[in-house]
Amino acid sequence: MTARADRGHGRASRVAVGALALGLLAALSWAVLSLPGSFDGLTGPALGRLSESGVTNPVTAVLLNYRAYDTLLELAVLLLAIAGVWALRRGDWPAGDLHGRPLVISLLRIALPLLTLTAGYLLWIGAFAPGGAFQGGAMLGAAALLALLSGRAVCARRHTGALRAGLVLGVLVFAGAAGGAAALTGEILRYPPGDADVWILGIEAAAIVSIGLTLGALYLGGRPGDRHA
Amino acid sequence: MPEASPTLYLLAGALLFAIGFHSLLVQPHVLRRVMALNVMGVGVFLLFAALAARTRGETPDPVPHAMVLTGIVVSVCATGLALALAHRLEAAEEEEREDESAGDGRQARAEHEETDR
Amino acid sequence: MIGPLVDLLLLLLIVLLAWRALNGRDLLRGVIEFIAMGLLVAVAWVRLRALDIALAEAAVGSGLTGALLLSALHRMRRREVRRRDRTDGGEG
Repeated sequence: MTARADRGHGRASRVAVGALALGLLAALSWAVLSLPGSFDGLTGPALGRLSESGVTNPVTAVLLNYRAYDTLLELAVLLLAIAGVWALRRGDWPAGDLHGRPLVISLLRIALPLLTLTAGYLLWIGAFAPGGAFQGGAMLGAAALLALLSGRAVCARRHTGALRAGLVLGVLVFAGAAGGAAALTGEILRYPPGDADVWILGIEAAAIVSIGLTLGALYLGGRPGDRHA
Repeated sequence: MPEASPTLYLLAGALLFAIGFHSLLVQPHVLRRVMALNVMGVGVFLLFAALAARTRGETPDPVPHAMVLTGIVVSVCATGLALALAHRLEAAEEEEREDESAGDGRQARAEHEETDR
Repeated sequence: MIGPLVDLLLLLLIVLLAWRALNGRDLLRGVIEFIAMGLLVAVAWVRLRALDIALAEAAVGSGLTGALLLSALHRMRRREVRRRDRTDGGEG
């Protein structure tokens, strides 16, 4: 499956796949267009109990309260992905060739603090407005990317322990919160009434670190360790 | 802001899904296949968000939004993993080809010298 | 009237970019078209009042995926150049 290999899918099979795709298009269009034009779904219940959920942003409420278990599993998927990538490859250092270019340091001086600040802002505002741990984590991932590209992240080669701790932090804290909630209220991920906002913020704070590190590590594309690791 | 009609977005989502599906099966290059998977994903997300926009009130349905958010993150994880896998796969194929060519390299070189330029 | 027109234009562009990214000639151009498509999809999320998704799509769906693809493309090109150099050296 290299770049030049198997150029030839015969004409017949291309036509067959095209027909299949058109059939899929027709079936999918018919299926979704035959649904009712106005449908509330779960909006009613979701918005109805928003006051108890600890946040005001309904999407955050769904992600970290109503369907918190799904988000826990999603953090686990992030961890699995980076574990898989690390098992497959060694990351290529240097990750970029911007090192030594004159304007890069100035860019980093402005961009990295700004990205970190924006990430923190999105983390906080996610309870009331569009935002949250994922969006903030994306900002941190972008910061990690810039650091990698400019050669400033080479320190990650030596501090793999801290990197690994950061990668698992999200899942650990979330799972710990699930267990803690179970101990306090008898059901996993049922936050104690009235304190849900604090629990959610704590979980999101750990998650944002993990998400940012995972996205940056995905870009590196492999184990960061030293040559002889 | 004028209302967006979900119908157009539903059709676009279905179309993107079909285009991605077609390219996934037809394109030989692994990078295009990874992009095709991503395009299929975007199509599905458009479908979800368009379905979520059909609410009678002001706020769209938050549950599909949350699902799409999860889906985007899982998508990028899958893409990262797929690219690492593709890299290893190509390395393994290269090794295999080198072993083969080293084995019959001597014979091939002898034949090559006969028909030399 | 203006609403559906904007939507139609936006979606036509998205579908066109997706088609060209997947079925075009040059792979590098294809990846860039993919990134551009991702950004337009972020606008589509805004049109559908899905602002949380818009934030995530612009950064992660389009930006990071595009960066991953570009990085992989660079690695493949570099490997091809190395392979070509090696075979040329062997025959030389």
